[in-house]
Amino acid sequence: MSRQPPREHVPPVQRFRIRYAKRGRLRFASHRDFQRALERALRRAGVPMAYSAGFTPHPKISYANAAPTGTASEAEYLEIGVAAECDAEDLRERIDAALPQGFDVLEVVRASTPDFAARLQASRWRIELPDVPAHEAQEALDALLATSSAPVERLVKDGRRTIDVRPAILAAGVASERPGQPPCAILTVVVQTVTPSVRPDDILAALRSVAGLIPPVPAQVTREMQGPVGVADSATQVPEGFLLGDPLAADREADQT
Amino acid sequence: MTVDIASASVFPRLERLLPLVQKPIQYVGGEVNAVRVDWDAAEVRWVLMYPDAYEVGAPNQGVQILYEVLNEQDGVLCERTYAVWPDLEALMREHDVPQFTVDSHRPVGAFDVLGVSFSTELGYTNLLTALDLGRIPLLAADRGDDHPLVIAGGHAAFNPEPIADFLDAAVLGDGEEAVLRITDILRGWKAEGCPGGRAESLRRLAAAGVAYVPAFYDVEYLPDGRIRRVVPLRDDIPWRVAKHTLMDLDEWPYPKAPLVPLAETVHERMSVEIFRGCTRGCRFCQAGMITRPVRERSRSGVESMVARGLQATGYEEVGLLSLSSADHSQIAELTTSLADCYEGSQTSLSLPSTRVDAFNVDLANELSRNGRRSGLTFAPEGGSERMRKVINKQVTEEDLIRTVATAYAAGWRQVKLYFMCGLPTETDEDVLQIARLAREVIRVGREASGRRDIRCTVSIGGFVPKPHTPFQWAGQLDHETTDRRLAALRDAIRADREYGKAIGLRYHDGKPGTIEGLLSRGDRRVGRVILEAWRRGARFDGWSEHFDFGRWGQAANDALADEPVDLDWYTTRERHHAEVLPWDHLDSGLDREWLWEDWQDALDEGGVEDCRWTPCFDCGVCDQLGTHIQVAAPGSGA
Repeated sequence: MSRQPPREHVPPVQRFRIRYAKRGRLRFASHRDFQRALERALRRAGVPMAYSAGFTPHPKISYANAAPTGTASEAEYLEIGVAAECDAEDLRERIDAALPQGFDVLEVVRASTPDFAARLQASRWRIELPDVPAHEAQEALDALLATSSAPVERLVKDGRRTIDVRPAILAAGVASERPGQPPCAILTVVVQTVTPSVRPDDILAALRSVAGLIPPVPAQVTREMQGPVGVADSATQVPEGFLLGDPLAADREADQT
Repeated sequence: MTVDIASASVFPRLERLLPLVQKPIQYVGGEVNAVRVDWDAAEVRWVLMYPDAYEVGAPNQGVQILYEVLNEQDGVLCERTYAVWPDLEALMREHDVPQFTVDSHRPVGAFDVLGVSFSTELGYTNLLTALDLGRIPLLAADRGDDHPLVIAGGHAAFNPEPIADFLDAAVLGDGEEAVLRITDILRGWKAEGCPGGRAESLRRLAAAGVAYVPAFYDVEYLPDGRIRRVVPLRDDIPWRVAKHTLMDLDEWPYPKAPLVPLAETVHERMSVEIFRGCTRGCRFCQAGMITRPVRERSRSGVESMVARGLQATGYEEVGLLSLSSADHSQIAELTTSLADCYEGSQTSLSLPSTRVDAFNVDLANELSRNGRRSGLTFAPEGGSERMRKVINKQVTEEDLIRTVATAYAAGWRQVKLYFMCGLPTETDEDVLQIARLAREVIRVGREASGRRDIRCTVSIGGFVPKPHTPFQWAGQLDHETTDRRLAALRDAIRADREYGKAIGLRYHDGKPGTIEGLLSRGDRRVGRVILEAWRRGARFDGWSEHFDFGRWGQAANDALADEPVDLDWYTTRERHHAEVLPWDHLDSGLDREWLWEDWQDALDEGGVEDCRWTPCFDCGVCDQLGTHIQVAAPGSGA
């Protein structure tokens, strides 16, 4: 007896792009943990999701560049397809309320432009190094930036892999300490989105191998931004006057016109 | 503002360790539907532990039910804790971080009661780790008024003697009402200013018959090592302690809002318990014996729990749980109405039933109307007709073959068969019969489906005799013989050219079963073995990658060196009728003579029917407890 999948493929009527944050203790969630939490939140919130066809239909969600387990983020992005027309702000409120606190939906914009993933050209990471004086971090960073190549090894699924960190670093700086506070160097690094990805851990590994910087306690890492490189509109200045744009700007403008 | 250091959150210190461990998300809490109760406003504070990793413990229904029942009470707070993996344990020791709750990361030592739910005896060493990390003395005798009462529950608590030294009390049976009675007694005792200290709080629990307090009983031994008798040390303490039995499941629709963990767990679905208890009478099954009588939840009760639970969790799968779910008297109507209700939605239903009959296949077909029909599981348990008579699994080979043929013909591609090895009176030939049965399943399955790509997986567990069952007197098969029989079975399947490749075989070696046997039927002297094994590093003994038989063997040798008993004495030795068993003073409701007669019937290969459909066999439960079987009236929609 041959059994057929019951459902025809129905294309989504709308797509939305979502910026969300991963904060506090929920930074320890893996991307898979977030995916499960989101799918359940969408069901609790009653969002009319579009589904893929087949015996085991999946909700139409695409993720881009998830931040690694253990790092917080203010700039994660995903796209959902819905089967009925929705209001962007209403979606933002409902999904945010249904997600556990710490997974926070910051903005929802109707998708009307192509090639969203291609706009996530670089990430700006904030790397806090408790108990490391700023000048030590600055010296290590200078040493790293002075090299042309900084290979680090990373454990991947099928063994060890060597990744060159240096070419992916587009800009970097160290914030000066505030007087009276315990030492905590704050490193800001703009890293190009490349494959295989260069993660904050790889940057730290490079600082260790090139300059011997060994933080006494684990770093606290936050992704602050993702976006197109060198775009001037709604851009924020990072070290050395580097420009990183807002990847949702195009959709936001298209929606308003 | 002053902060009470002893109960303050340890999260700031823990947080620095989390980047260094595997799967840190399991330690941060934050589950959907987790409850936060104000610490200072609570009069009685519970911490519930499931003594295994979070991924196993978080879905546990017992803990989820009691967590909700307790937190609903005014003035009561309940948080949860789980076993930490060795990587975090080492860091916690190095950085002086105590065992903590996942809810608000308070030290477990700050609570009034530490309730531990034991589904399996192999979690005992994890309790010791948690106590030690929690800075709670391992031995109950060493604890003071500031330490929590350590109370065990769950199926293994029906013989808590091996962990008696580590426990302040044990609760037998259903926990819902028991935890509330314990709470009331402790609330009253605290309101009076804790008169008489810890010992008085325990005396009140014991005198009320709510909990078994091992310290109030003395165990006397005969020169040959057997128990002479177990005597209460005070005259206000009962000679026997009875189990708790919840009679109306519809009044207890818990969990109402199941916890949805962020970390991946072993059960990524919601569960609704459709009935409690089982009277099939399988002689190996401790769960079936100690949870009698059968108490069904009504169809409407199940339906509303499914609807509310899905809304509260966002899960896409619901399991209808019980010991034998196809046995619910309204199961056909229930599955049809739920399948109708959720047809076309993204919600799937599962019925974890292993009943070997065509009706079970019909139910599975109904629940997979639009889904993939991948695998169905049946549990004949014994490979030969004779073996199934011994264990009272009333399934003939004809039943089994007809059932699997129906399944394959309905589009199911894979059938999984559960068996046990090491059952009483078992011979090599009984185990080899499993291979013959599996070949027949494939042969008939190919005929019925007209396909050659069907599969049959044979999954075999080692039998461990358990307290409060007819097999409580049986000698356990030694692990060497278990392994030899399983190897012979594997060879017989591999040697089959025609069908062997379509048959998968899953089994584990027999050694963990021997230690489980020691812990299941042990007495108080086994506590020394547990302590010694734990000191030598025993952790997570239910995980094959952590279990070390050599360590346990040495611990048993050393700890029992001055006793006339050893590992074999506890495991492979058959007990006689007159022997006082370590759990005889703990009352599961079953009449000891009925169990003995059933054991004799087993040896004679005689069967006993299910008392839901035949007259009473006087197992003792209903008379003893003033309870009765609760089956919904046929045709009633309620």
